[in-house]
Amino acid sequence: MNTLPAQSDALLDIRDLAISFKTDEGKVRAVDGVSISVKPGQIIGVVGESGSGKSVTMQSILRILPGNAIVERGEILLRQSRNGSDAEVVDVTQINPNSKRMRSIRGGEVAMIFQEPTASFSPVYTIGNQMMEAILLHRDVNKPEARTIAIDMLARVGISNPERRIDQYPFEFSGGMRQRAMIALALSCNPSLLIADEPTTALDVTIQAQVLELMKDLQRDLGMAILFITHNLGVIAQIAEEIVVMYLGTIVEKGPTREIFHNPKHPYTVNLLKAIPKVGQSRTRLAAIEGNVPSPLERPTGCIFHTRCSQRTHGTCDVYAPKLTQIGPDHTTSCFLYE
Amino acid sequence: MTTTNHTLLEVRNLTKEFPLRKGFFNRTQGSIKAVSDVSFTINRGETLGLVGESGSGKTTIGRSLLRAIEPSSGKVLFHMDEGQTVDVTSLGMNELRTFRRNMQMIFQDPYSSLNPRMTVRDIIAEPLVVNGTSNRTEIDAQVRDIALRCKLNIEHLRRFPHAFSGGQRQRIGIARALALNPAFIVCDEAVFALDVSVQAGVINLLQDLQVELNLAYLFIAHDLSIVEHISDRVAVLYLGRLVELAATPKLFANPFHPYTEALLSAIPEADPDQPMRPVALAGEIPNPANPPSGCYFHPRCRYAEEICKTTTPEWKEYQPGHFAACHFAGELALKGVENVKEGEA
Amino acid sequence: MTILNETSQDTSIPTVRSGESEATLRYYSASQWQLIWWRFRHHRTALAGGIVLIVIALAGAFAEFLTPYTGTTRNTEYLLGPPQPIRFWDTNGFSLRPFVHGVKTERDPVTLRPLPVADPETRWYIRFFTHGDSYTFFGLFRSDIHLFGTDEGFLHLFGTDDIGRDVFSRVLYAGRTSLSIGVLGVLIAFVLALIIGGIAGYFGGWIDYIIQRLTEIVRVAPVIPLYMGLAASFPREWSTEQVFFAMTLILGLVGWPTLSRRIRSQLLTLRNEDYVTAARLAGAKASRIISVHLLPAFSSYIIVDLVISFPYMILSETALSFVGLGLRPPAISWGVLLQEAQNIRAIQQAPWLFIPAAVLVIAVLAFTVLGDGLRDAADPYTVTGS
Repeated sequence: MNTLPAQSDALLDIRDLAISFKTDEGKVRAVDGVSISVKPGQIIGVVGESGSGKSVTMQSILRILPGNAIVERGEILLRQSRNGSDAEVVDVTQINPNSKRMRSIRGGEVAMIFQEPTASFSPVYTIGNQMMEAILLHRDVNKPEARTIAIDMLARVGISNPERRIDQYPFEFSGGMRQRAMIALALSCNPSLLIADEPTTALDVTIQAQVLELMKDLQRDLGMAILFITHNLGVIAQIAEEIVVMYLGTIVEKGPTREIFHNPKHPYTVNLLKAIPKVGQSRTRLAAIEGNVPSPLERPTGCIFHTRCSQRTHGTCDVYAPKLTQIGPDHTTSCFLYE
Repeated sequence: MTTTNHTLLEVRNLTKEFPLRKGFFNRTQGSIKAVSDVSFTINRGETLGLVGESGSGKTTIGRSLLRAIEPSSGKVLFHMDEGQTVDVTSLGMNELRTFRRNMQMIFQDPYSSLNPRMTVRDIIAEPLVVNGTSNRTEIDAQVRDIALRCKLNIEHLRRFPHAFSGGQRQRIGIARALALNPAFIVCDEAVFALDVSVQAGVINLLQDLQVELNLAYLFIAHDLSIVEHISDRVAVLYLGRLVELAATPKLFANPFHPYTEALLSAIPEADPDQPMRPVALAGEIPNPANPPSGCYFHPRCRYAEEICKTTTPEWKEYQPGHFAACHFAGELALKGVENVKEGEA
Repeated sequence: MTILNETSQDTSIPTVRSGESEATLRYYSASQWQLIWWRFRHHRTALAGGIVLIVIALAGAFAEFLTPYTGTTRNTEYLLGPPQPIRFWDTNGFSLRPFVHGVKTERDPVTLRPLPVADPETRWYIRFFTHGDSYTFFGLFRSDIHLFGTDEGFLHLFGTDDIGRDVFSRVLYAGRTSLSIGVLGVLIAFVLALIIGGIAGYFGGWIDYIIQRLTEIVRVAPVIPLYMGLAASFPREWSTEQVFFAMTLILGLVGWPTLSRRIRSQLLTLRNEDYVTAARLAGAKASRIISVHLLPAFSSYIIVDLVISFPYMILSETALSFVGLGLRPPAISWGVLLQEAQNIRAIQQAPWLFIPAAVLVIAVLAFTVLGDGLRDAADPYTVTGS
């Protein structure tokens, strides 16, 4: 087992992570040099479009990557505090994905919720059965206690009549309720980190608002950290304290939410914010970003955004890759304009 | 409802029921009213936004107008340029086929809406071919013209759809819809599936084309910020019924229906300094097969009173151009979005 | 495509600029069939299966020319004779021209039955384009030229059966019969399925409902007793050709429901594709929608289904003929050959009579792996991406 002494106060420290996929067309780089650090109790938002590598990065934390994925380099340091004893730090990339250790991290230390709640519930068991199974696996309790915890969790996420609901099957729940039940399932083992992968994308606005409020409340009450992945800038503005902007597998900008929204630096972030309609500014024309998100098979050389950037300099941006540069307290960006 | 000579499309009491089949013999056991008694008008060159949550009947309305699905009852009247009025709902199959050139549709999914086995040129040309243009050079000239308008690369016309990304595919879909020079286009969640950075380009294109060609859009979407951005007027749908319709700034600044208020309060603003304060809605959207009595919204409405449980509120014009179906329309102090001014536009 | 900087930690190293390469451009303007072929090409086993089938089909088609004897020629000097291996050398040295050893007749010391035995002292050389039994080729022209044969003596690569007929020749002729029964059976089933499934899938509603129930009735009928009942009703005096056509008809009539259901469900899915709606909204007639949008879309799936249903047809024919209800001698099919081999004596004394079974197994396996490969390639538009 690869254990390292705890160096920082970070709960999760992803360092220079690079992941590729083996495909028929060759090796495709999906994540390239991503570093994210999450402190306990922090909500970090990860924004990016399709192909930005945000989901792949999150899957690598739980080692649930597809079979053709290769972790090329980097470490994912997770601080585990076990039974009150001293915290130890493990490098998740060094653990066998099918080992007992990994299984105890999944759903125990780190929980994940998805866009499609149907994916996390089996249709043939009751909601309660599935929650209790998870609780019994990760917590030192007996069956009746597990049931009490499950009912308590369901009540907490705002499901009315949890004593009755717990014995129902997933198909008896509506979409919004299933999403909340999934959150209850994820939180029932007291994770210190919750990874939420587009948890509200499939939901209607009113339900989305409820789920966002719920997640903020739970984070406040239970003190866990949340990695919130989305492509929706509105949602990220409402929930995150700190934002990581990803494009084609790399981080282009990172900083506190207010900084990112009021003082964006990277041309991609700047343009993205100008490209979304804002209520109350209906007559302003949207600033579209030229071109399309390149296919991962055709990753541009140099700065990965240069093919669509209006401020690119010939001979620099298309040849050299910019480094992540500090431009303010906690605010970094990778762009030659700031190097 | 009043019509002016700007009115292009008039929808009267549109209703669509889907039979509910059950059991071994597939017998019809009752029906679900996906859309009930919906009336509105669309003017030439205007965008009417249609919002509502999943299952509210948005898509059904859009497709019924074009008779992509057959409405159960109600009328759709189309006022032609020449002054004559066509009752779309009563056209026979052959008449309908030739009439279709006036109304087209842009689909949500840029992947399933293009036949992967046809080249871009053939996809855009299909409406022309189907409607009797047989001269190849003429077709090619028109296809190039439309492609240029939609900012597609002419060089790419010989490629197949699998060569393109979502945004480009959606432009191809728009080009196909424009081929017959229609006056009205239903945009069914036309930008929903696109990446944020690409979405703006397609929205801008739709707006440019509208100005150039005097197009009218029915813009169906559930993202309220986009609807607010693109629509002249907005209609709000709940469980198959219209609950409110007004000019965009009016509806956003000063809603008349509690459901509209709840929707507006749930918009996640892309600004951390404007925290969302969603109005809590009790319960879930009811099952459309078994809707509540009276006002469909009453079990979730915090202003509901006795009358709401028993009587269906009437669809009325409470202020000029501001329609609503609520017993207390205009009487409640409902909150809109703060930074929208009613006098704007 | 980008060339990856495998280990470089220093991100400022210039990397190779990528553009739209020739290959991507070709991919962008590739039609459905090109994409399917490119994908299929990577499927080695399926490719091999396809080649095996082509060889078997060609062997059947040109059986008269490729075999040294007709399927019914009897060699009374070599009854139940073992296969004669082709040799280039023996104890008497090497020869560039291949040969087989001659045969001399000995008497079985116990039963005193005449027994053909290889004689290593004589060589019968194999010659190409020899004159032998005359035949009519495709019913068009007469010839007596065979690809190979011997000048003196005889040549039985797979041995002979108990009345001295050449097993190698019979396997090739039988392959032709069995494959053509398969082809015709599948075609009949396909035409029926296309009409029935097509009507159900395109129109839907109550028409679909009734057709579905009818299809189910045919499907639940137990196949083997049905085959047997129908086959038993063939009048004894029917000619080989009549039995042959009746067989294909039965196989077709019993085989359509599976195909029909597939066609129906394909159509039901495709009918609701947005691009079909778009065509309808553009004013396209039903005929155009079917021919331009629906047929090309499911043709690839249908080919897969046809290939997969082939072995069932061939196996059904074999099974029927094996139990004596299908084709009967003098017709030659794989089933007939196996039926003739079904006795203890054959297993004990003449295992070469089972060579037709091996060929049958190879053919069925080839169909199966080919079908598998085609199924994977049939939908080139499902992109596996993140």
